[in-house]
Amino acid sequence: MMKIFKSRGWYKFSKNPLSVIGLLIVSIIVLMSIFANYLTPFPEHAGPFVDIPNKIKPPSSTYFFGTDKIGRDTFSRIIFGYRTSLYLGVIVLCIAVPIGTSLGLIAGYFGGKIDAIIMRITDIFLSIPPLVLALSIMAFLKPTLTNAMIAVSMMWWPWYTRLIYNLTRSLKNEGFVISSKIVGASHFHIIFREILPNCSASLITKITLDMGFVILIGSSLSFLGLGVQPPTPDLGTMVSQGSKYLPDIWWLSVFPGLAILVIVLGFNLLGDGLKDLFDVEI
Amino acid sequence: MLIGVSILIFIIARIIPGDPARMALGPTATQEMVEQYRDKLHLNDPIHVQYWFFIKGITQGDLGESVYTKRNVTTDVSTYFPATLELIIFAALIMVCVGVPLGILAGRYKDKSIDNISRLISLLGVVTPSFVWAVFLMIIFAFYLDILPVAGRLSQDTVAPDKITGLIIIDSIIRGQFDVTIDALKHIILPALALSLSALGQASRLTRSNITEVYDKQYIEMARAYGYNEFKIATKYALKPAMIPTLTILGLDFAAMLGNAFLVEFVFAWPGIAKYGVQAILYKDLNAITATTMIIATFFVITNLIVDLVVAYLNPKIRLSGK
Repeated sequence: MMKIFKSRGWYKFSKNPLSVIGLLIVSIIVLMSIFANYLTPFPEHAGPFVDIPNKIKPPSSTYFFGTDKIGRDTFSRIIFGYRTSLYLGVIVLCIAVPIGTSLGLIAGYFGGKIDAIIMRITDIFLSIPPLVLALSIMAFLKPTLTNAMIAVSMMWWPWYTRLIYNLTRSLKNEGFVISSKIVGASHFHIIFREILPNCSASLITKITLDMGFVILIGSSLSFLGLGVQPPTPDLGTMVSQGSKYLPDIWWLSVFPGLAILVIVLGFNLLGDGLKDLFDVEI
Repeated sequence: MLIGVSILIFIIARIIPGDPARMALGPTATQEMVEQYRDKLHLNDPIHVQYWFFIKGITQGDLGESVYTKRNVTTDVSTYFPATLELIIFAALIMVCVGVPLGILAGRYKDKSIDNISRLISLLGVVTPSFVWAVFLMIIFAFYLDILPVAGRLSQDTVAPDKITGLIIIDSIIRGQFDVTIDALKHIILPALALSLSALGQASRLTRSNITEVYDKQYIEMARAYGYNEFKIATKYALKPAMIPTLTILGLDFAAMLGNAFLVEFVFAWPGIAKYGVQAILYKDLNAITATTMIIATFFVITNLIVDLVVAYLNPKIRLSGK
């Protein structure tokens, strides 16, 4: 573990204060959401909890971000909301990245008809604004967290196909790929052992940047009432419900809104740092 | 491309489980009624026949009847679309008029304080969802400072001008009702600002990176050596090559605003296509959803086409290669 901090990469990374801030934000949020049960002042407020005597309390030292209409602590709910967001982000990328990457590898490596078919389909998906595509998928599904994940994954894979496709096309003509072809390596070997590892820097950077944007889209869906349903805490739902009580109970929408801003900012700074570190174009 | 989009939407609409006829008629409908409705929607025909009817409807501008409003969805869309169009055009103006100059300044004075400020603004723009901007702007300008209205397109006592284009601002100028124009402008500022901020960040980031790239080129050095003043270098030699790649992305951003309009219209009660779309989704209104998505996709494709043409015109490499 200590070796990482002595490496050249870490030195370069730590030179940029913004990247380090990004890493800090992301690590703090991830840790807090994993240990949310122990770290939040009122873990039971994440569910359908009611505490009428303490309803609509403004921010104070007991309730950092105030309480909502039925007396639940906004701060605790935000931390649990982060858990939902991160869960959504991880699952969506776990579905979208393998699909997008393998299609991009296949299209870029084999070329010809397969290339044309895969890339045309990709173009069609890319030609609809992402949020609209997710919305039209959600239109036919029940609004639940799982379905929101499916909808967001459906719209996310084409970006990976395009990225990996372009990389594969240029890597295909590199010396090491041609020479392994000459010594008789299988297509499988060339694609997964020669080309894919060389895409990893771009992939890791893009995944980091995308984690923020997936969370953003996910919260947009639940903001419209098409994603996570109450009482599961979710930042988008909290903003949308809180905005009904503006301006008097401002803390119900402002703090969850800021919370989305902070997590997306964290992933963005971290991703930008990685981009400089690996020196890749996304 | 549009054919592809239509197939995609058609497939999404048909593949996903659930009987549209049953959804439209509700749980109280008898089996007979559902069957009749299925016949009406051609749902009992084989899939390629269904697609044929779907395409025939689109080309004739007839996308069927909305289950919720009981009107033809084409009529519905033409009622709601101008409001959205007005909003995104206004937002795009803000994006271009603020984002691009911000990017140019940042790129020109790279690593100076003006660059850092501009990058901070763009970063905040990119990472904040437009509905959060909407809430923040509403609190600051509508409630705290109380200088701008909270919702809608016009104040309640203001009568909208007779419809010419459907864009209230333009209509009222044509008709000479300037008090209506001012009222409409007051209403559009906040939603347009909320909508444009995330695109603005992207636009300025992109302009910045393209400008820095151009400023490293030798012909800029050359122009400096000739003693041209900085303003001439910036406007005549640096801007044009930097704007060509920027323009393509700006076109994409402009079209993507239609997606984000869903979120902003929701907060500001803007009577646009997005509000209609969300309602359609909540009522499982199949024809209305299809129409909304098709309109947006068409808009997206047309915008891209226009941008491609403009880029081809501006870029001598493309313009001259065909001759």
